[in-house]
Amino acid sequence: MSQANSLLKKAGSILFDNKVMIAFAAICLAAILLSGSTLSFIVDGVFTRIARNTFTVLALIIPVLAGLGLNFGIVIGAIAAQIAVFWVVYWGFGGFGGMMLSVLIATPLAVLFGFLVGKLFNRMKGAEMIAGLILGYFADGLYQLIFLVVIGGIIPVNNPKLIISGGVGVKNTIDLTGNLKYAIDSVRMVDIISILFYAVLVITLIKVVLHFLKKWELKKGDLLIFGIVGLAFGISYIPVVERFLSTDRLRLLDALTAVLIVLAIIQLVKIGKTLFIDKGQPGKLVKPIAALLACGLIYGLTYIPQIEEVLLFVKLPVLPFLLIAGLCWFNQNLLSTRLGQNMRTVGQSQSVAMASGINVDQTRVIAMIISTVLASWGQLIFLQNIGTFSTYGAHTQIAQFAIAALLVGGASVQKATNKQAIIGVILFHTLFIVAPQAGKELFDNSQICEYFRVFVSYGVIALSLAMHAWKKIKKDEQPPAGGPDQRNPTLAPVTAKPRVEE
Amino acid sequence: MKTLKNVYDNLGLPRLIIGLFFIFLLVTSIALGFSPAAIFSDVIRRWLMYGTLVLAMVPGIQSGIGLNFGVSLGISAGLLGSVLAMEISFLRNWSEVLGAAAPWLTLLLALLFGIIMAAVLGTLYGLLLNRVKGSEMTVSTYVGFSVIAFMNIVWLSLAFKNGELSWPLQGQGLRNTASLSGSFGGLLSNPDTVQATQPAWLHWLAFKIGEFTLPLGLILVFGLLCFFVWLFFRSKLGIAMSGAGENQLFTTSSGINVDKKRIQGTAISTVLGAVGIILYAQTYGFLQLYNAPLMMGFASVASILIGGASVQRAKISHVLIGTLLFQGILVTALPVVNEVIEIGTLPEVLRIIISNGIILYALSKTKGGNQ
Repeated sequence: MSQANSLLKKAGSILFDNKVMIAFAAICLAAILLSGSTLSFIVDGVFTRIARNTFTVLALIIPVLAGLGLNFGIVIGAIAAQIAVFWVVYWGFGGFGGMMLSVLIATPLAVLFGFLVGKLFNRMKGAEMIAGLILGYFADGLYQLIFLVVIGGIIPVNNPKLIISGGVGVKNTIDLTGNLKYAIDSVRMVDIISILFYAVLVITLIKVVLHFLKKWELKKGDLLIFGIVGLAFGISYIPVVERFLSTDRLRLLDALTAVLIVLAIIQLVKIGKTLFIDKGQPGKLVKPIAALLACGLIYGLTYIPQIEEVLLFVKLPVLPFLLIAGLCWFNQNLLSTRLGQNMRTVGQSQSVAMASGINVDQTRVIAMIISTVLASWGQLIFLQNIGTFSTYGAHTQIAQFAIAALLVGGASVQKATNKQAIIGVILFHTLFIVAPQAGKELFDNSQICEYFRVFVSYGVIALSLAMHAWKKIKKDEQPPAGGPDQRNPTLAPVTAKPRVEE
Repeated sequence: MKTLKNVYDNLGLPRLIIGLFFIFLLVTSIALGFSPAAIFSDVIRRWLMYGTLVLAMVPGIQSGIGLNFGVSLGISAGLLGSVLAMEISFLRNWSEVLGAAAPWLTLLLALLFGIIMAAVLGTLYGLLLNRVKGSEMTVSTYVGFSVIAFMNIVWLSLAFKNGELSWPLQGQGLRNTASLSGSFGGLLSNPDTVQATQPAWLHWLAFKIGEFTLPLGLILVFGLLCFFVWLFFRSKLGIAMSGAGENQLFTTSSGINVDKKRIQGTAISTVLGAVGIILYAQTYGFLQLYNAPLMMGFASVASILIGGASVQRAKISHVLIGTLLFQGILVTALPVVNEVIEIGTLPEVLRIIISNGIILYALSKTKGGNQ
């Protein structure tokens, strides 16, 4: 009885915790049905936008972890990227090399900006979000000043394609076709594997040398990674595989199959480990076997003609997705480092962090630097995919949309995960794709849904900020409010305290 | 030397820079050969145009909700009131039936609608802000944005008959900018309109002395509003409200309901926002719908901060000085900039930098140090 009750309670709390996400999913579903768009169109659009936007959304997670809230200051990272892109295009570089040069210019700029923003936020503790928002606008003003007046006005720049005819100020849009467009998207899989192989080779060699100099203990894992990458590199020379890998786009069907195979292998390894190494405990087998069956079921579903059609239609750019996966891995693994632990402590309680000897201000600054750098890279991915660089508009909405997407995924001011970011991007951008068509069908006016979309993105931020503030107040009021329930009111603060320190 | 330092401390660095910049722009523009009378007319016009919107910040700050970025709520109420009043005036054909009194009635009706809606919305908004104490500014910014986005949908779906409001040949949707020339535009501030449409005994409302335009009607209205707000904060209710904003614990212990005072302050701020946008529109001569009011809250906040207000304290003098300096710079910068380099958007860039810079400065002054 009580078990069923607690299960019900648990289900209820899961529903309650994800209410924003569920409500948004319902809106999306309604809009999809209304729009009457084909599934291929929607899925294709969603995957394009995942590749384009997820990196920036993932850049928001670390500041949330460190207690800085939603980082409205990522606009500044985007600005760093755009300054780099302008100069790279002006100097006439293009392709993957041009993109690397952009990264090389944008990163130190973003580090500097992030450092300054972090320092500023340390002067405004508790008001980081509003400060970040205003700072974004302020930085936008300075950016406009540089691009409208300084470039051409003070720094002599001569390029009629980029500069307004008077010779002062940068044009509204810069066409990236032929230089940076698809610089990341169009990297072939073979090249990715080669680059990865040579990078791992160099690292392993260094490690081996260090091992013989007795400065580094060579672990089994290091060699295992090298072996796997080497094997992949070797396989890529088999003609059939080489032909398959020499394109830059991967069909969704192939990607899904690959992911399913990897998942299945992982589950098989788990099963094998439980059976032969740990010996026994058949209870532990239930989960992997269920996952294995699910993988098989999903693979079976791909043979349904309608789904197969969609999966064959959609093609993914490979490198952006790998970068996104890499960032997810980074966010996840940062937690297990000392820096990540420090950030989490600072995020939970600054006074506790201070008492345990963590340099709070420095940790916060580092979080801001990482976030700003990641945001600048995210903007580079975004720009090369869009292909036209809107000089004065590309960065203005970036924080707004990224934060809205993150919140739609169920994140809050204090907690955000990779999963929430990805779910949020999918939901938020599904609405973006289908809303105009749905509006046309519903109101005979696609403009209305355009506005509805903007309203939703503002509204979802307003709502979650308000809910966060509300919760915080309730939490602060909890000890006196819970007083009468407890026999000894003085116990309340004592029991409340360890929870904060956890 | 000591008095000099005192003056500096009282002014603060940004105010000093902005003040000096304003004087520099004034001197430069006169040196460049622009007519001082025209410049001063423009400065005064813009000063009064934005004045009431900035005045709306005072009750918010005094009652403790901080910088009311959510004044967009009041602005939306004011705009909706104006639109409704204009439509009624069109449907009832007031301009032919009532003649010179028609614009007055439209203006009053717009104010009435705006104030009623703003009072209701402001109260609800105050209730919300009481639930989010400590994060009012972030929440109110996004509530403001949401309201403007929501109103965009409203503007787009309203089907009005008045041709000055709605797009021609379309059953639905209002214009981005609706001219008020056939309605209450310039009624208190534009000499040409006043001479053309109003009887002779009302010609004092706005007149020209040589090249200098004196919008006496608008000065009177704005002055009265300032006076009322000043008076209000000397009344028992107003003092209690300031107390609520200053020290919540102390005020609670002296038997004042802090939450109620905050709601009242928010509501008054919202109502002043509604009145402010209507006066803004009548001075400007156009009703700006859709995204035009999105950043007006920021401009108002920046103005009062430039005037010397903090996140906790604001006075009428801050409103007057701040609006004069902020709008003065924007007005005088345009001709000067155009003379030096031909970049028309530079004053706009200047506005963004100054307004957000001063807000950042004020935030860094209040929320400093380790908590």
